Amino acid sequence: MQIIKPGTNIDFIGKRKAAMILSAAMILFSIFSLILHKGPRYGVDFAGGTQILVSFQEAVDMGQVHSTLDQMGLGNATVQESREGRSYLLQIRTIQTFDADSGILMELPRRLHETTGLGAEILSIDMVGPQISKDLRSQALYALFYALLFITVYISGRFEMKWMLSAAVAGVFVSVVYLFPQIMENLFRISLPIPLLILTALILSFLVFWKLGLAYALGAGIALLHDVIITIGLFSVLDIEFNLPIIAAILTIMGYSLNDTIIIFDRVRENLASRGKKTFAAILNQSINETLSRTIITSGTTLLVLITLFILGGGIIHDFSRALLVGVVVGTYSSIFVACPILLFLHKKQGI
Amino acid sequence: MKIRSWRFYAVCVALILAIIYILPTFNPGLWPNKTINLGLDLQGGMHLVLDVEVEKALESTMERRTYELRDQMRRERIRYTSVRRLPDGNIGVRLADASDADIFSAFHQKEFPDMDVRRHTVDEGLEFRFSIPIEEKNHITKMATEQALETIRNRIDEFGVNEPDIRIQGERRIIIQLPGIEEPERAKQLIGKTALLEFKIVEDSHDVQDALTGSMPPGTEILYEIRRDASGQETGRVPYLVSRRAVLTGASLTDARVQVDSQFNEPYVSISFDRQGARQFERITGENIHKRMAIVLDNNIYSAPVIQDRISGGNARITGNFTMEGARDLAIVLRAGALPAPVKIIEERTVGPTLGAESIRKGLISMLVGGGFVLLFMAVYYKGAGLVANCALVLNILFIGAALAAFGATLTLPGIAGMVLTLGMAVDANVLIFERIREELRLGRSPIAAIHAGFDRATLTILDANVTTLIAALVLFQFGSGPVKGFAVTLCLGVLSSMFTALVMVRLVFDIIYDGQNKKVAQLSI
Repeated sequence: MQIIKPGTNIDFIGKRKAAMILSAAMILFSIFSLILHKGPRYGVDFAGGTQILVSFQEAVDMGQVHSTLDQMGLGNATVQESREGRSYLLQIRTIQTFDADSGILMELPRRLHETTGLGAEILSIDMVGPQISKDLRSQALYALFYALLFITVYISGRFEMKWMLSAAVAGVFVSVVYLFPQIMENLFRISLPIPLLILTALILSFLVFWKLGLAYALGAGIALLHDVIITIGLFSVLDIEFNLPIIAAILTIMGYSLNDTIIIFDRVRENLASRGKKTFAAILNQSINETLSRTIITSGTTLLVLITLFILGGGIIHDFSRALLVGVVVGTYSSIFVACPILLFLHKKQGI
Repeated sequence: MKIRSWRFYAVCVALILAIIYILPTFNPGLWPNKTINLGLDLQGGMHLVLDVEVEKALESTMERRTYELRDQMRRERIRYTSVRRLPDGNIGVRLADASDADIFSAFHQKEFPDMDVRRHTVDEGLEFRFSIPIEEKNHITKMATEQALETIRNRIDEFGVNEPDIRIQGERRIIIQLPGIEEPERAKQLIGKTALLEFKIVEDSHDVQDALTGSMPPGTEILYEIRRDASGQETGRVPYLVSRRAVLTGASLTDARVQVDSQFNEPYVSISFDRQGARQFERITGENIHKRMAIVLDNNIYSAPVIQDRISGGNARITGNFTMEGARDLAIVLRAGALPAPVKIIEERTVGPTLGAESIRKGLISMLVGGGFVLLFMAVYYKGAGLVANCALVLNILFIGAALAAFGATLTLPGIAGMVLTLGMAVDANVLIFERIREELRLGRSPIAAIHAGFDRATLTILDANVTTLIAALVLFQFGSGPVKGFAVTLCLGVLSSMFTALVMVRLVFDIIYDGQNKKVAQLSI
């Protein structure tokens, strides 16, 4: 059985202008949505506060729930209801945190039971203090940054044999991100916002990769950034909360997207060795087409299991599998339509 | 090619090891290996992060030093106009006579060499400012955190939790993991209590109401007794005017246990003091007969009985309408001792047992269904070769499970998701190889040559592609915590084991099927 007939030659590279417009539109849309929603919607992990999951065996009157919460001084809490199997779930979110002596969490099911007359069971409690949520936010950003940097170093090392060069570049950026804020903090008492710092470092490193002509690293790096921005944007559009597992999902997407990119790049290098008179664009096209079967099958099986996870995995894993679903599609697209055109662009610039 | 190559032995060793490590998970106690460790999100339990308020430990150190300085100077007959805590936390000493400065310097070097002193001129007078050097501060911070850890460990041990995990994170945080805990609120209160026990004399010579309206006698403070009804609901607060200085503290306690009053059938906590404490207690009760003595725990008064007589023997009781549970918990915290500084819960994650069991069930179902789809697809699409890849896929899951058990890693809900994801991605290596073999066949190679070329050419690509996922997983491991770390571990293991199964195991099977026979292979089932 075959999905892609041998000898198929779809002109992917020829569609790069359309792809560029599509990508640009999606990125702009993401940024626009983020601005409109005033940044990503942070869950308790990153915003701090308390999230309580309560389950009832029967549908519960929301008015009663709200009045109970009001009585307990939790009037500002938001309540989200959902149904899972035979039980009804309430997700109660508040920006408050509670110390050990307050006893509120112990009282909550009792009070809910009194007012609604239904048995309430606390399934889970997540309480994150402001210090921790701040730590988690910066940790997540650093994680994304380091992953991106290490991966680009590996690629320029592997594909262009410029290990030392790219490691040196990366080393400089790591120390910039690590030392610069400390210097600013200690000398000028200015604490820099981490997102700004990391964005600057990323743009700088892409500029350097461009100047040094590290085409593969640049292509993969931009494709990755492209995926991350669009995934985050789509979350913003769908109004999904950002929590720790979502960061895990994004890093996995980075790994996956790169997986895809590298397999095509590998083929490009192989085909370049026996190039003949073909243009670089033709080589790119040939490589994409030759690996197309594999791309479709692997993305297909991955999507298949992600869809089962999304449907059967239960509420807790819902957003996580949705993030991965989005990411796999975008990642596959970017390997073909973002990473390869950038390779072409840099090669043209270098006159190869 | 020889069948008994290194691949053969590698696969045998891997299989045997995997079976050895995985079996106890299905049949605990089969042999002493560990089972797969379930994360708190799967087995239910509580994860707490405490912040030790080390500033308070520094403060109380300075408070103590202020007393000591004053006492010591009086003893050495150095006259001073004031010894007081400055707003920045340091101690300011003003001498009555500036000509005593040299004597004072000598005194400082002899008695308090571990403190820094600076001379200041304030309002034309001379002031010595004492501060703790930075190393000493760090030492106090470190000691406070370590001592808090020890105290909390003792309390949890007495409370009774299976396999608690308690450790210090950073400079002043303590992470506590309590798997399968049934009364999270009670445990939280037990852990969070500072449990500073103090005995203070009640100042009955002054009216409490006067003190409440503002005329507080020097050296006193107002503390409250919280009255509760039988169900533990607060019914009211009674103010007491007590002297600020404690006559005795819980530091001289040797034991605390729950007993039941035979007359009222009410539980109380009986405490006993060490020798020195007992002597002190006897002296204090002797000196304060007919006065009331407040028993203060963390600035709340438990009871304030009238001292009837000199109490010798070093035993006392704390009453104050306890429930049996409340009395037991109080005894635990008193036995384990006070925390050197108050702690604050800055992160709490509690998962009920129902949710955990539900998560496992759903995770397993999605793994079975998703995996089933992939197996079916591979068998249809690649036929014989697909079946080989399917065996590898199943073994993949076995290897991940065995590795989790072997390394004592923790399986979390995202970890299960990671395994499911691995199922989808694990076929990638096989797909790469099979597609290559098909390509080579199309180019007109013989089946065996195509197999060799396919594996050889795909190997590098597979390595490259997986290293990047590995990098992402390692970064996740480094920066993630709890369930996310669990995800990173399974992702890492998944990548490694899928590379192993595809490059070593599947190749071995191909070698056995096609290379082992000497006859020519006419066709590949791929």
